[in-house]
Amino acid sequence: MGAEGPKAQVMDERDMERTLTRIAHEIVEANGGSGSVAMVGIVRRGSEIAELLADEIESIEGTRPPVGSLDISFYRDDVARSIQPVLHATDIPFAVDGRDIVLVDDVLYTGRTIRSALDAIMDFGRPKTVQLAVVVDRGHRELPIRADYVGKNVPSSSEEDVRVCLGRTDGRMAVEIWEGKEA
Amino acid sequence: MALSVKHLLDTTSLTADDITQILDTGRSFAEVNSRAIKKVPALRGRTIVNLFLEPSTRTRSSFELAEKRLSADSLNMGGSTSSVVKGESLADTIQTISAMNVDMFVCRASLAGTPHLITENTDAVVINAGDGKHQHPTQAMLDLYTIREHFGRLDGLKVAIVGDLSHSRVAGSLVPALKTMGATPILVGPPTFQVADPAFWGVEQTADLDAVIPEVDVVYLLRVQLERMEGAAIPSKREYNRLYGVDERRRRLMRPGSIICHPGPMNRGMEIMHEVADSPQAKVLDQVTAGVATRMAAMYLLLGGESDAY
Repeated sequence: MGAEGPKAQVMDERDMERTLTRIAHEIVEANGGSGSVAMVGIVRRGSEIAELLADEIESIEGTRPPVGSLDISFYRDDVARSIQPVLHATDIPFAVDGRDIVLVDDVLYTGRTIRSALDAIMDFGRPKTVQLAVVVDRGHRELPIRADYVGKNVPSSSEEDVRVCLGRTDGRMAVEIWEGKEA
Repeated sequence: MALSVKHLLDTTSLTADDITQILDTGRSFAEVNSRAIKKVPALRGRTIVNLFLEPSTRTRSSFELAEKRLSADSLNMGGSTSSVVKGESLADTIQTISAMNVDMFVCRASLAGTPHLITENTDAVVINAGDGKHQHPTQAMLDLYTIREHFGRLDGLKVAIVGDLSHSRVAGSLVPALKTMGATPILVGPPTFQVADPAFWGVEQTADLDAVIPEVDVVYLLRVQLERMEGAAIPSKREYNRLYGVDERRRRLMRPGSIICHPGPMNRGMEIMHEVADSPQAKVLDQVTAGVATRMAAMYLLLGGESDAY
């Protein structure tokens, strides 16, 4: 399905760099600096974006917020329907208590991944706040969840697949729309 | 996709992919077990019956903790408290419990084949937690996990399995699992403990421990089952200890970086001496820790995968 190539490119590399810089500024502004901020990326792509955002925050503030990654496989509400191989372990190398946690993912869609991630984060302690940063919000929410920092709103059909491509994972930076659902 | 099997009855039916998946998933659960809150909602709402028809402390505790940490609901049934003692057949017991819509049976029994018999009387998933002299597949998974964590691989390793080979379900599960993963098991024991036909497993068998020790990466000591010593398969504890017990002298014969495993409970002074049991080379407690994580992985993969079947 959709093997030939993307139907459309929504953001290129320069767009994504500018967007991440803007989100980093918004995070610093909203939290009055970055002293209490910690980034938690949802594996896999969220982790890479969390690293990029932490780099940006470092260039603004001079200190790099700690970065963790979260695998939400064990918290999904559809374990009974599909099971994913678990290869990317959760690694949160800091105490979350009292911190402002910025949860990072590539695409915000139904909101179910974020719900699972909230459950997972709470098992590590009691953060002061949890905020959500995403590169793309494509709509179609099934739960009352919204993002605090959005790269771009991309209205899409549920028959399409919105992909955020990243340097380390995909070898290029772009946001693309592909025909057909991806599992 | 999940595992290629519906039940975990033995290691012979597992593929290398299955085993790798259990070990990899086990690593993620090991991380969960190291947290302050050691619990995830992965199997919330699922019901697991622990049917232990033979006494067991560590395996049973390990399974119970694994179930609790997966948020499953569990029901414990033992031989002396169950209807089996009132004369109900096992098939009837299983059908009765199954009629209460349970999702999984974890079974320990003294008769080989009992877990298989259970599968014929229920739609639920069955895990063999040790059946007679046959198999103990989750023990093999935790052993492989411990060995892989130490060496970073299983392929190409040599593992001496030492002791009462003919009565051991631990060896029965470990030997095929090691072979599937590309490791080479070597059986070591006195002739009265040796298996009748090592060619059936396609492995070497010897009585000379001192010749094997410098050649292997892992020395896996089986527990000498003292309760089964009535028939005098070995002349005395002292003689067994002298010929097959790992003491400081034998430990020094081992390759640098090699390790000692034991499924427990250890008979100190028999198959293993105090100073060796407490040395950093002995991974006995790592095995216990790995047991909870690998059992969580097995239950998660078995119950997560095939739920439309029932």
